[in-house]
Amino acid sequence: MRRLTSVACLLALAALALLGGCGEPQFNDAEKKTIASLALNTLPSLKPDTTNQYADAPAAAALGSTLFFDVGMSRDGTVSCSTCHKIDRQFQDDLPQAVGVGRTNRRTMPLAGVARNPWFFWDGRRDSLWAQALTPLENPLEQAGNRAAFAHYIEKRFGERYERIFGPLPDLSTVPANASPLGTDAEKAAWNAMSAAQQDDVNRVYANIGKAIAAFERSIEPQQTRFDRFAIDLATGAKPEGDAAFSPEEILGLKLFIGKANCVSCHNGPRFTDNAFHNTGVPPADGLPPDRGRVDAVAQVQADPFNCFGKFRDGDESACRELRFMVKDGPQIMRAYKTPSLRGAADRPPYMHAGQFATLDEVMAHYSKAPPSVEGGSEVHPLDLSERERAALVAFVKTLSD
Amino acid sequence: MASIWRYILAGLGLAALLVGIVAAVYLMLPQPAPAPDISRSKSTANGLFVASFEPERGVIRQGELQSWLLTLKTAAGAPVEGAAITVSGGMPQHDHGLPTSPQATDYLGDGRYRIDGIKFTMSGWWQLRFAISAAVGSDSVVFNIVL
Ligand code: HEC
Ligand code: HEC
Repeated sequence: MRRLTSVACLLALAALALLGGCGEPQFNDAEKKTIASLALNTLPSLKPDTTNQYADAPAAAALGSTLFFDVGMSRDGTVSCSTCHKIDRQFQDDLPQAVGVGRTNRRTMPLAGVARNPWFFWDGRRDSLWAQALTPLENPLEQAGNRAAFAHYIEKRFGERYERIFGPLPDLSTVPANASPLGTDAEKAAWNAMSAAQQDDVNRVYANIGKAIAAFERSIEPQQTRFDRFAIDLATGAKPEGDAAFSPEEILGLKLFIGKANCVSCHNGPRFTDNAFHNTGVPPADGLPPDRGRVDAVAQVQADPFNCFGKFRDGDESACRELRFMVKDGPQIMRAYKTPSLRGAADRPPYMHAGQFATLDEVMAHYSKAPPSVEGGSEVHPLDLSERERAALVAFVKTLSD
Repeated sequence: MASIWRYILAGLGLAALLVGIVAAVYLMLPQPAPAPDISRSKSTANGLFVASFEPERGVIRQGELQSWLLTLKTAAGAPVEGAAITVSGGMPQHDHGLPTSPQATDYLGDGRYRIDGIKFTMSGWWQLRFAISAAVGSDSVVFNIVL
């Protein structure tokens, strides 16, 4: 009878082992496929930008880098792109809203992998990296300059370098010191007094400034992280060693991210973004003017003379399909913002388009509750995450920073 | 001797138990939702046309703007020319629309229309709806795409 019980016990144990998943892998095949699709090694090489013939010209990138860090590129000589996009801070500034010549209404965006975006800014109101660069230069709250002054400045400081890349500068001797279609009343009046040919000359120099800066920004790429090492080991069947090994909490966070919490429906691909616009019900920041996101950006990108359909584009119109086929109206673009990449996010609070949340814990609390949007409908629904699950998601997002 | 038979009997009993447990677990696994019809060729809603829908380059790439070909034939198999086509759609399980607004951009002959500007930004179940109006009348068709 003793023998019988012990054999029965052994068999029962074997059955338990079979069912209880002793040898069961941590991730099923579908999960493994999703995890592999998030790893940095699946990032394709950067496509050429046919709208900017200087995009991959080293001399243009070098000039662009100079301009990016040059405070001379502002009205009062105190602000450059790098004032807000700090090279040692993932090209952002850790503030809820950026501060240039004045205080802006949005958070500075980090720039890793930026050349891969189809749309620029939180609301996508620009459609190329070079057209984007022209916006802060003239924004009164950022660099607060004007295009005529920038053209004169380039001639004076970088004339030779400019001409080696872009060919001869136009004759600027009769162009007013300050003039722009977007500036102060005096600058607008000065702009309107210029001949169409002069306006065109200045616009061309201005567009080339953007193209040089864009050429520089193309070199800013995301770095490999612990998550990528883990994902590569998982894909190749190697046992993750050292810091590539995930803790049970990080594993749970990853499983939630690609499973029950479905973060991966928007934060997908090796940059953790679908490059699209979504209303996620993030509340407006206190004290700022109304911000309706994508719905107001549509008309702005259409009206931008430097957009892909405009005459400053190089190459042909086949490069303009994003602009041509963009969603122009409908309820889904109300308070919709671009899905941000989550690479490096843990190291650069605060979060969201106006720095609404101070910590990743607050971000997870938001997704757990998913309050309705103040305007338009939120696409995210309450996940009712436990404290342990929220902490696990935070732990996972941190693996994208180490 | 008798004790050996006892072991064999116990073994058989346990094996039966195991099979039972496995079956129970199997039955308790979540049942997948009924799969949508993903055929790439079908009759339009009122049977006016036969529509086929294929990616122009053969493969679907998530996150890329792509063009597809919509081929329209009459029920009798004649190509449908000069059709006006509008495109809509979205993800039924996420109640959101398409991330782009695709359009019929070119007529390629033989009933084939290029539908450009299609982008699938996430995996899952997508629907594309075509409202078609041609000389013989108007009809519509929905294609399901799962990726
Ligand atoms: C005053 C701070 C400030 C300055 C100066 C500034 N930026 Fe920005 N940058 C921001 C903010 C804030 C945003 C987001 C703004 C928005 O969505 O409206 C942004 C967005 C961007 C983006 C879009 C990134 C994306 O993923 O869509 C790029 C690219 C960029 N800036 C590059 C530049 C360049 C190049 C310059 C210099 C010519 C510059 N910025 C100057 C604060 C600044
Ligand atoms: C419907 C699409 C969608 C889903 C699903 C989604 N996100 Fe987001 N996520 C966004 C958008 C859009 C923003 C920016 C919103 C804003 O600024 O108003 C964002 C912002 C964030 C940020 C802040 C990043 C930054 O730089 O400001 C984090 C962190 C984040 N999401 C994590 C997650 C996690 C974790 C999940 C799953 C629980 C998730 N997201 C699900 C679209 C989504």
